[in-house]
Amino acid sequence: MFSMFQEKRGVALPIAMLFMVGCGGGGGDAGNDSGGDAETAQATSSVDPSSAGNVIGTISFTGPVPAMQTIDMSEESVCADKHPAGAMTESLVVDDDGGLANVFIYVKEGLEGQSFSPGPAAVIDQNGCVYHPHVLGVMAGQDITIRNSDGVLHNINASPTENRPFNVSQPVVMETNRSFRVAEVMIPLRCDVHGWMNAYVGVLDHPYFSVSAVGGSFSLETLPPGDYVIEAWHEEFGTLQQTVTVTTGETTEITFAFDESMAGVDVPMGEPWILDHADHGAHTAQSDTP
Amino acid sequence: MALVAITAIVSLAPPGATPSAAQVDGRAVYERWCAGCHGLDGTGDGPGSGTMMPRPRDFTLALYQVRSTLSGELPTDDDILQVIDLGMPGTAMPGWRDVLTREERLALVDYLKSFSRFFDGPAPTELTFGKAPRVSDESLAAGRAAYELIECFKCHGDDGRGSGTSAPTLNDDYGFPIAAADLTQNWRFNGGGTVEDIYRRLRTGLDGTPMPGFSDLIDAEVLTDDDLWSLAHYVRSLAPETPEVREVIVAELLEDGELPSTVDDELWNDVESYYVPMVGQIILAPRWFNPRVSTLWVQALHDGTDIVMLVSWTDPSMSPDPEWTEYADQVVASMTPRDPGSTTGPGPGDQLAVQFPQAPMQGMERPFFLHGDSRRPAYLWSWSSVDGANEKVARGMGTAQTQTSQDLSVVPVHDGGQWKILLRRTLMTEDSEDLQFPIGSAVPIAFQVWDGDNGEQGFQGAISTWYFLLLEQATPISVYVIPVVAMILTFGLGTLIVSQAKKKDQQEGAA
Repeated sequence: MFSMFQEKRGVALPIAMLFMVGCGGGGGDAGNDSGGDAETAQATSSVDPSSAGNVIGTISFTGPVPAMQTIDMSEESVCADKHPAGAMTESLVVDDDGGLANVFIYVKEGLEGQSFSPGPAAVIDQNGCVYHPHVLGVMAGQDITIRNSDGVLHNINASPTENRPFNVSQPVVMETNRSFRVAEVMIPLRCDVHGWMNAYVGVLDHPYFSVSAVGGSFSLETLPPGDYVIEAWHEEFGTLQQTVTVTTGETTEITFAFDESMAGVDVPMGEPWILDHADHGAHTAQSDTP
Repeated sequence: MALVAITAIVSLAPPGATPSAAQVDGRAVYERWCAGCHGLDGTGDGPGSGTMMPRPRDFTLALYQVRSTLSGELPTDDDILQVIDLGMPGTAMPGWRDVLTREERLALVDYLKSFSRFFDGPAPTELTFGKAPRVSDESLAAGRAAYELIECFKCHGDDGRGSGTSAPTLNDDYGFPIAAADLTQNWRFNGGGTVEDIYRRLRTGLDGTPMPGFSDLIDAEVLTDDDLWSLAHYVRSLAPETPEVREVIVAELLEDGELPSTVDDELWNDVESYYVPMVGQIILAPRWFNPRVSTLWVQALHDGTDIVMLVSWTDPSMSPDPEWTEYADQVVASMTPRDPGSTTGPGPGDQLAVQFPQAPMQGMERPFFLHGDSRRPAYLWSWSSVDGANEKVARGMGTAQTQTSQDLSVVPVHDGGQWKILLRRTLMTEDSEDLQFPIGSAVPIAFQVWDGDNGEQGFQGAISTWYFLLLEQATPISVYVIPVVAMILTFGLGTLIVSQAKKKDQQEGAA
């Protein structure tokens, strides 16, 4: 993989930035968990960094912010002990200035026809019976290292619709690698053992995605010049889109404003591949079983 | 619709001809037999699906519980065929082996696969499983150790009855509540209850449910393959052999000693245990399609004066348990459409009703099996975790009246995900409203049970059919004496005849 990259470009810095776009920017601590080894970035792309531009911005939330719920972890003392002040749910993380964390921001349209290769494994850590990060972006085919730092039973149950699912058990401190083959926004992960544990993975076939940090900031860097549809996805308030024009050497700033009126909207997830019924009717059985 | 019917008729082979699978129209078979639950478009939401728990499979996701492939992999054709053939015990899915021809079932496999584009990709890799090693005390102990190491108890509970701390919050991939399997009833396991079946489910998991696969743990050297086999043996050991339904429950006569007064009295170990399968009450509205309790175990003893009955069943919680409130709410919410008057949340508690006719019946005559009617009332032994024990008389569901004279005593114990209820009454009472239990005769008996934390109450619970309760008679002394006398007489008579014949023979020989 690395040699392939060298043949293609031989420019390390923008590639490292690419990787940071891919795996960094997660909400708060979460970003550190997954972006820890950014210097080993190996993502490859056909983008000429000298002509690229950036998109940065913030996500805001307007409206009354319900107090986050404290998670009752009393049934799992190992985890409860890791949260002396109590662990909070992460479905709506808004800071005092109205910045909304844990929003997945990505290029939805505008990169068609370009090809990118994934970087090294992203990490999702189960620590204190909480997923770090809560929202993770990866590229299709990129390894996800699922780590159990708790040493109590977790199962990692991924239920995508456009990818194959998995449900694996981790009863001890250990790591398991999995990946998703095709782009899908978003894939829910859950732990059935601990009903409060959930996370979302956004899978794309390019590296232009980010997860808003605490305070709501995000960045999509080293984008080729052009027009893009950028989408911001939140697990409870659904999606917002806007079009942005990226110019060489410029950093364009945008904001997405979620508000209370969006509560209860249909939150888009992956769509199952339902076959057209008319198409289906022509089907005839062909069995190779004797 | 007419077109579908015609296609279905056309697809039925004329006698003598055996069409190959390629000639059978899988779609016609599907639409005739499967679409009612699984939907015409395969999304699992056919007209019959709303009251089913778990819901019928959504074929568009290609999520199959029973596979011989790793978690998340597609099933093989044989995997799909096995589920069609054998059904899914403990769900609404019946087996079709005796209903459809092999060709029709093969055509169905193909049609089901056509609902998802996943099957257009590469074929799944079938795992090789090997044969079960011999079971031993050591392997069972190793299996128990594995049960603890990989924390099966988190969902299945320490006793395997599905009462783990995580059990109340389990959901399937569609967001519906799902019970952790009761490991003491292996005949209800999806994919089969043999050691081999259990081992396979451990390796592959049950996709779409909270049950993960454990193959990764072998690769990660957390467990060995042998450990997983031992675990399969241990899980298998939690269930008895598949029980037979018997129509007559015998209350054995205890000739010496005291009748047991506790649920764990050692005497119970020697008393025959009768299997009573339970089903949802779906005759009278509001109906109940999702009973928690699928099996009662009934034991009975009498000493000529009193009768004691021990009724046991798996129930993960002692209702009302706040940990299970949300589960009950979810179960109730998942039932659509709901009959008028349906339960709207957790029931008030767990309940048991042992039902008899109020008056002795002639021959096979029995009251209406749902609490009788005005002509033939039912006499009930009723117990609730909230209200305790009561004798009642009912003239139809919902009419039960507590009797003024109470002769029933009950000892309820909830432990390890199981209720054990000991009921005791004198065989004969002074109360003219009670059924009297004459020794040596059989009286009709039926059961009802409710799990409040599954949203059950009122009409909405589990019921059994009628059985007979036979009070064993003391064996009269003549039963032992008469055969001995007969033997002596026969022997004596025989000896006499033989000796006389010999004498006659000798006399003739001398002459």
